[in-house]
Amino acid sequence: MLADFLEYDFLRNTFLTGLLIGIIAPLLGTFVVVRRLSLIADALSHVTLAGIAFGLFIEKKFAITFITPIYSGMAFSVIGSIFIEKLRGVYKAYQELAIPIILSGGVGLSVIFISLANGFNTDLFNYLFGSVSAVSVKDLYSILTISVIVLLLVGLFYKELFTLSFDEEHAKISGIHSKPIHFLFIILTALVIAASIRIVGVLLVSALMTLPVAASMRLAKGFKQMMFLSIAFGELAVIMGLISGYYFSIPPGGTIVVISIVILLLSIGIKKFKINRIRKQVNINGY
Amino acid sequence: MTETVVSMNNISYAYERKNVLENVNLEIPKGSFMGLVGPNGGGKTTLIKIILGLIRPDSGNIQLLGKNIDTFRDWNKIGFVSQKANAFNKGFPATVFEVVSMGLTAKIGYLKFFKAKHKQKILEAIEQVGMLEFAYQNIGNLSGGQQQRIFIARSLVNEPELLILDEPTVGVDAENVKRFYELLHRLNREQNITLLLVTHDTGTMTEHATDIVCLNRTLHFHGDPQTYTSLSEKDLSTIYGHPVNIVVHDH
Ligand SMILES: Nc1ncnc2c1ncn2[C@@H]1O[C@H](COP(=O)(O)OP(=O)(O)O)[C@@H](O)[C@H]1O
Ligand SMILES: [Mg+2]
Repeated sequence: MLADFLEYDFLRNTFLTGLLIGIIAPLLGTFVVVRRLSLIADALSHVTLAGIAFGLFIEKKFAITFITPIYSGMAFSVIGSIFIEKLRGVYKAYQELAIPIILSGGVGLSVIFISLANGFNTDLFNYLFGSVSAVSVKDLYSILTISVIVLLLVGLFYKELFTLSFDEEHAKISGIHSKPIHFLFIILTALVIAASIRIVGVLLVSALMTLPVAASMRLAKGFKQMMFLSIAFGELAVIMGLISGYYFSIPPGGTIVVISIVILLLSIGIKKFKINRIRKQVNINGY
Repeated sequence: MTETVVSMNNISYAYERKNVLENVNLEIPKGSFMGLVGPNGGGKTTLIKIILGLIRPDSGNIQLLGKNIDTFRDWNKIGFVSQKANAFNKGFPATVFEVVSMGLTAKIGYLKFFKAKHKQKILEAIEQVGMLEFAYQNIGNLSGGQQQRIFIARSLVNEPELLILDEPTVGVDAENVKRFYELLHRLNREQNITLLLVTHDTGTMTEHATDIVCLNRTLHFHGDPQTYTSLSEKDLSTIYGHPVNIVVHDH
């Protein structure tokens, strides 16, 4: 099965793209989860769908091909992330309100562009649930570029992103410019979501950002450890998900998420096992 | 001449229309251990936020380490342990080492990385608060008192001249409160760090502080602990607006 992925060009594109998003989605997901912004990922993925639908629409109606749906999705996602930040500022006491507003806005626009483009087709289905076969070389290069940018910026601003996530007030007092750093974070999140949609699909992209983090959170001692473990779990889920998706002809979004959930359940089991073992040892060494 | 670390002149502040501080004049001498007491809602946290530059006073001026607050840039010389420090996300997966390292983030600066000498400083700060054996433990697994020590270490790693603590011992048990004050005492007397401490445990505090300040919208008292403990109940109840009694611990 793995041999197929190396032999056929289109599968190799998918496989390489999968490996890339298996790194960047859990990487950004780590910050998203600890800042309790998991739902923002969901809202942004629906805005991205609107952008993709817009891209498909202009492709179909005006035969414009230089803006691929990935690029228009990315543009919508970034604009959506800026709106979320503005709304969170307007509704200071009800910051979570920004999420349903942006999410429903995204779905509303998607419906409009989809019907303008004469309704559902396989392209759209692929964007909703991911696809093993739809990744073009062009997509691969776009996603590679985004991945390099994301890795570079997270690497350069790691200590600021980490410090701000833990304690915003203290970060501000110590002289970190919280606004631009937060802005950087939200833009990176928007880019990662747009990039991941090719493989996992709009509906499940937030799962690839959060489930590996949820699993590693239970096992890791520190933040860096959690980050690397999340990436390992993310890669495992993507590789196994792509192979099984291909083998059973299921959109990989579904298989990747189900495997992520299995990993999560195993991690909960391992943690329980560890705690029980420690308790037993305490009983033996104790009175 | 004794140096002053903080000097506030005629500071007033109001949230919307509610006057919280009126004409506060306060000097914090270098090397002092100042206890800031007063009733709930008396404006203690607000006063600290003004010193930290988080809010601007409506009137008055402030000097920090001899510089006007508007031009002051050495924020890492001022350490802060918040009232809310203990209310951080307990599930946040960070080791003690990682938490203390955050104290250096701003000082190291953008686009620069942690080096071996920083690692050394972080471990020293953890050792100063007596938590070295927990350096690679998850902060969420520690007790409230231990976590407060870690937050102090996060400030100490910058070698601050002034350390401000807002009710750090809330929710810490009596035995650990005692050890906590011993730590503060050491930092103040041995390392010459100026301390500003907001607290309600006046009994323990008066044993260690060099100055006591009483704030209820305006400053009602500024003197040494002996004078403070000898204040009559009548004096105190005018400050607090209700009867109080100080618990003095004798040994
Ligand atoms: N953000 C705020 N907005 C409006 N009022 C506030 C705010 N923060 C504090 N206050 C009010 O200011 C007064 C002083 O509060 P604070 O400085 O926290 O007092 P303390 O720390 O002495 O208990 C209180 O009456 C409080 O209700
Ligand atoms: Mg307070």
